[in-house]
Amino acid sequence: MDELILQVNHLSKSFGSNEVLKDIDFSVSKGDVISIIGASGSGKSTLLRCINLLETPSGGEILFHGEDVARRGANVPAYRAKVGMVFQTFNLFSNLSVLENCVIGQMKVLKRGRDEARANALQYLTKVGMGPYINAKPRQISGGQKQRVAIARALAMNPEVLLFDEPTSALDPEMVGEVLSAMRTIADDGMTMLVVTHEMAFAREVSNRVVYMADGVICEQGTPEQIFEHPQQERTREFLARTRKEQ
Amino acid sequence: MFAERVSLLFKDIAALMSTYGGAYLKGAGSTLLLAIIATFIGCVIGFICGILQTIPINPGDGAVKRFLLGVIRVIIRIYVEVFRGTPMILQAVFIYYGLPYFSGNRLQFTSIWGVAILVVSINTGAYMSESVRGGILSIDPGQTEAAKSIGMTHFQTMVNIILPQALRNIMPQIGNNYIINVKDTSVMFIIGFIEFFAVHKMAAGATFKYFPSATVEMAGYLCMTLLASFILRWVEKKMDGSDSYELVNDDQLVMTAGTYNHPVKGSPFDERSTEYTEGER
Repeated sequence: MDELILQVNHLSKSFGSNEVLKDIDFSVSKGDVISIIGASGSGKSTLLRCINLLETPSGGEILFHGEDVARRGANVPAYRAKVGMVFQTFNLFSNLSVLENCVIGQMKVLKRGRDEARANALQYLTKVGMGPYINAKPRQISGGQKQRVAIARALAMNPEVLLFDEPTSALDPEMVGEVLSAMRTIADDGMTMLVVTHEMAFAREVSNRVVYMADGVICEQGTPEQIFEHPQQERTREFLARTRKEQ
Repeated sequence: MFAERVSLLFKDIAALMSTYGGAYLKGAGSTLLLAIIATFIGCVIGFICGILQTIPINPGDGAVKRFLLGVIRVIIRIYVEVFRGTPMILQAVFIYYGLPYFSGNRLQFTSIWGVAILVVSINTGAYMSESVRGGILSIDPGQTEAAKSIGMTHFQTMVNIILPQALRNIMPQIGNNYIINVKDTSVMFIIGFIEFFAVHKMAAGATFKYFPSATVEMAGYLCMTLLASFILRWVEKKMDGSDSYELVNDDQLVMTAGTYNHPVKGSPFDERSTEYTEGER
């Protein structure tokens, strides 16, 4: 069994009287590539945002290497520095160049020197194919390029886990490919990844575990083969049949 | 008749200038200096208030932190409402005479410059604090989330990400405040501060050339504000940066780095190009 990085116990989240997540139990080990699938509104993104504490969980605990980071008084910034996040809407810092986007976190949060941060950033920017664009401002590059920079920005922090919140949902169809292949490269490098996605082919081919969520609970999880070929739950079957019809 | 009057006006202005030219210039200098210093300090006050007001109160925070943040917000609210809601001319009187009054004349303002800067600064600060708050709110929350997601604290996020963007957005507001200050510092004559408008009162009072002196003042104020407008536009342009960027090199790694690149339209790799389809046939 690989080393356990994240463990989510009895996690719940409500917005007012609306219960979005109900008693979620779930764990991430080193090297895992986990795809979270499910219909819109099933709580996938909220789960991811709770894991990164961008949303404060209403109940339950989030253990990072055995330490509860959701408890009051936990050092949240230090935890977030180790858990990268890639957003649906990219959220590149629009006042900074592509390179600076990947450098600033390393310098301000990890207190690395400029040269070291720059070299590290360049390595990851090159990996996602954005090496030539380091001087561009976010408004000057395309959506797919922005998302690749966002991935490099997260990677440059050398996180232990990388969370992807529907990274291709805001992209034109022709740009989806370049982002997915960048993600594939990273997965091949052994990065631990948690991906909320609607890209079933990606979930199937790249991940080693697929989690199907519905109505705020984890309905079913297993290997891609288990979920896609032999789903046990009726709701999983229905969902997969619907996504196949759409494609 | 008209031409006669115009030439008379020029003669009067020339006469004014020969006696009071230096005073006008000095007055204009004082006005500019006061406006610049007070706008700058006002901006600093505004930024501090804006940042303090936008510190998020999390449900997980302790009671002490919540109480402190609440008190800070109330104090800033009161400050803004009081100094935005009363005339600056009264504020000047209030502060200038308030200190000696309450200290039984033991404390007094020794420098009229000091009082003028204080009054105009806190007045500008009240307006700027709302502008800064608006500027911060106008930035996409995604920027904050992204900064937090790489482990930045609230302070780091503000200084490195949000404020530089907010500053760009409120540049027109800063310009507005500066121009308003150039004009409104004229009310400082009430506490005896000699600036551009005070020179008019002095010169016109001595020579009875009210209209020629007012003409000089009009032109003078307009020059000062126009100059400020031009400089601000230029600064804004500088802040926006260039519209183009340089590619670092034709990166050979792009194609091999696992990224999919679309073939350039019309190149042999483009399946829609004639070369490609002809080859197929």
